[in-house]
Amino acid sequence: MTREERHHVLVKPLRIFAALMALLTLTILYAFVPGLPFKTEAGLGIALAKALLIALLFMQLKGASGIVRIAAVAGLVWAGFLYVLTFADLLTR
Amino acid sequence: MTDTALQKPWADAERQRVATQFGVWMFLATETLFFGGIFLFYTVSRIENSAGFMAGARHTDVWFGSINTVVLLTSSLTMAIAERAVRIGAVPLARAMYFATIALGLCFVTVKGFEYWKDVSEHLLPGRDFPIAQTGASEFWAFYWTVTVVHAIHLTIGLGIVARMLLIPRDQLAARWTTAEGTALYWHLVDVVWVFLYPLLYLAGR
Repeated sequence: MTREERHHVLVKPLRIFAALMALLTLTILYAFVPGLPFKTEAGLGIALAKALLIALLFMQLKGASGIVRIAAVAGLVWAGFLYVLTFADLLTR
Repeated sequence: MTDTALQKPWADAERQRVATQFGVWMFLATETLFFGGIFLFYTVSRIENSAGFMAGARHTDVWFGSINTVVLLTSSLTMAIAERAVRIGAVPLARAMYFATIALGLCFVTVKGFEYWKDVSEHLLPGRDFPIAQTGASEFWAFYWTVTVVHAIHLTIGLGIVARMLLIPRDQLAARWTTAEGTALYWHLVDVVWVFLYPLLYLAGR
């Protein structure tokens, strides 16, 4: 294995993993420190950051072709309709 | 870069690669809708009966949930290394990482089993002996059991898919790098779902 291959195969994934562990530590600390505001929002925001790291780097969406990115976003768009239509009713009662 | 085992009807490796990624991502889009519906139940229940729902959420065991989060994120690391190792033809490393991924997946299921045992011993099953009287608490636990069992089923299917990579003869594994990519996409999605479940199940109401 060349130095570049080692960097691509081992070092890069380990860096992403370190970032994921740091975010996990942050979300636990934020949840258990008393009195902090917006705990749900913070927890979901950190989860979103972790999901983006996994999707863009581990799942390699960052370098994917356009058609693959459209397929990846399609599920979120369709699920978005589900949420928008539900909240349009639920939050305006 | 290694040679590619082409499958019909693809004329070249790049087309096969895009087709594999496109196909798996379309499947993952349906999974997003599937889990999106389950998450919508959580959202509506939590808005409608906030106090009781959070009272129920405080009974989950954050230790089990946190340990399993570390286990699953680590399995994503081993899967990512395995996929990249296949791509450069480092077959022994790839196989070692597939074994590690399976071991971590089994570890997740085992921890989940201990957690379920504790939950059942505390009667945290919606029904007659459910111990929390507040309205909304049983809805949280209905969500908990539904979504964690569904997730565990997905993970178990993932174990089979990863095991399939180990059944490919060693001298053919490097040429199956598009298969390795599709396998990795599925495994990482199981991880992404858990990443969102963790704060909703184990950190809510703390």
